[in-house]
Amino acid sequence: MGGGGEDLTFIDDEGKRLDGRKPNELRPIKMKLGGVPNADGSALVEWGDNKVMAACYGPRELHPKHKQHPMRALVQVTYNMAPFSVSDRKRPGPDRRSQEISKVLSEALTHVTFVEQFPKATIDVYVEILQASAGTRCVGLTAASLAMADAGIPMRDIVTSVAAGKVGGEIVLDLSKEEDNFGEADLPIGMVVNSGEVVLLQMDGHMTTAEFEKAMGLIEDAAKEIYGMQVDAIKAKYSEVGA
Amino acid sequence: MRQEVIADIERDYIYNLVKQGKRADGRGLDENREISYEINPITSADGSARVKMGNADVIVGVKIGIGSPFNDRPAMGVMMTVAELRPFAYEYFETGPPRPPAIEIARVVDRGIREAGTIDISKLCIEEGEKVWMVFIDIHAINFDGNLIAAAGLAGTLALKNATVPAEQYDVGENFPLPVVNYPIPVTSVKLRHGIVVDPTAVEEVVADARITTTFDENGDLRAMQKGHGGSFTRQELTQIIETNAKVSNNIRDLVGLKQ
Repeated sequence: MGGGGEDLTFIDDEGKRLDGRKPNELRPIKMKLGGVPNADGSALVEWGDNKVMAACYGPRELHPKHKQHPMRALVQVTYNMAPFSVSDRKRPGPDRRSQEISKVLSEALTHVTFVEQFPKATIDVYVEILQASAGTRCVGLTAASLAMADAGIPMRDIVTSVAAGKVGGEIVLDLSKEEDNFGEADLPIGMVVNSGEVVLLQMDGHMTTAEFEKAMGLIEDAAKEIYGMQVDAIKAKYSEVGA
Repeated sequence: MRQEVIADIERDYIYNLVKQGKRADGRGLDENREISYEINPITSADGSARVKMGNADVIVGVKIGIGSPFNDRPAMGVMMTVAELRPFAYEYFETGPPRPPAIEIARVVDRGIREAGTIDISKLCIEEGEKVWMVFIDIHAINFDGNLIAAAGLAGTLALKNATVPAEQYDVGENFPLPVVNYPIPVTSVKLRHGIVVDPTAVEEVVADARITTTFDENGDLRAMQKGHGGSFTRQELTQIIETNAKVSNNIRDLVGLKQ
C-alpha cells in the first residue's frame, strides 16, 4: 500500500467516501459481450474509470507440444496493460506484476472450466487493460469469465471478482484509485457466487482478522450483485441474437 | 507457430473476383471499407483515437512525458511509435517482443507523421540540451482485419490532433494542446494477381502478391511510401495506385473533418 496520504480524509462525517460512495457501494459498472469479432468470445467491462476487454480463443491445439497435458486443457490467461492505460506510460511487454496476475487469473478460471473435456488443448484468454483505475485484476477476471461464456466454453459456473480494502481505518468495498494509492489494505477476491468458493485471493497492507471477516462480508454481497450483471450481460447477447 | 493457411479454392475465388472487378465483401476495387472513429476514448492517455474500418479496429494512445533530447537536436522534442500485435486481436498473432511485421507497421506510421511534420517538435523543448517533451504513439490493435497501417495511421493523426501536453503533471507550466500542423493519411493497396485493390482485408493481404502504402499530406503530396510482400509493381501500376490512393485519402480526410 502506498501510504503518504495522511492528510486525506477518506470518509467524511456523513460516511461518504472521496468519490461520494458509501462504504459498501460499488463504482458504476457496465458489461457487454462481444467487441472482438476474430475471437471465439469477447467482452468489454467498464468499471469506474477502468476499461477492460477480454478475448477468448479456444479450445485449440496447444503449442509448444511439451506444454500439453494428456488428460486436460490448460486455461491460459494473459493480462496486459496498454502503454497508455496508466498515468506514466507503461513500457510494453510483460513484467513481473502482469505475469503474476496472469497466473492467478488462469488458476481461478481453471477451477470452473471442464478442462477434462479437452485433452492437450489450450483455452487462451487475453485480458487487455485499456484504461486502468484500481482493481484491474478484478475487472479483468470478471471480463475474462464473460469472454469464456461468450465463447461457449463448458464451465461449471462463471467467476465474479471484486476487491475490498481499508482506508482511513474503515473497511470499504471496491477501492478507487486514490483509496488504492493511499489506503491501508487491499483484498481482491474472485469467487463462484453460487457455491461460495473463493478461487482468487490476494491481500496486501494491514488488516485485523475481524476486519478481514468484515471485508469478506462486503465482497460476498457485492459479488451477488456483480454476478447478476454478468448473467444479464450474457442473456442480453442472446436476446439480441434471438430478436 | 500458427500460420495463416488459405485454401487454394479461396485464393482462386478472390483472384477471379478481381478479374471481374469485384471483391468478396461486395466493395469496388478502389473502395475503402466504411470508417467510423471515436476521439479520446481513453482518458488515461494524453490523446487517443479509435478507428474502425469494417471489422478492423484499432486504438492509438498518445502519452507525453519528459526526457532528454538527441545530442544533434538539443532543442527538439522526440517522438516514438510502437505497435503491438497482441494475440488478443487475432489468432495468428503471438506474444513476445515485436516481430518484423509489427515493427514495419509502426515505422511506416511513424514515417508518415514524421515526414509530414505533423508534430511541431521545435515547440516541445523545455530546457535546451536537457529536457524536452517525448511523444509516444502506441498502436494497439483491438481486432485485426488487414490494413492496420492505414487504420493506425489515421487513428494516430486523430489522436495527435486531440492531444494535450500534460505540463501541469510535471510542474512545468500550464497544459497546452500538442502543436500539430499537418495531418498525414496513409492508404494501402495490394495486388491480387489480376488487379489492384485498396484497403485490403486480412485474407486479401495474405493472398496478395504485393502491397504498397502511400501517405499523403493535406496538399495531396506524398510524404511516405512503403512496398511490402514478395511481388512487384510495374511503373504504370504505381502511377495508377498513387492516383487512386490520393483520391481515397482525400475522401477519408473529408470524412474525419481534416480538410482545410
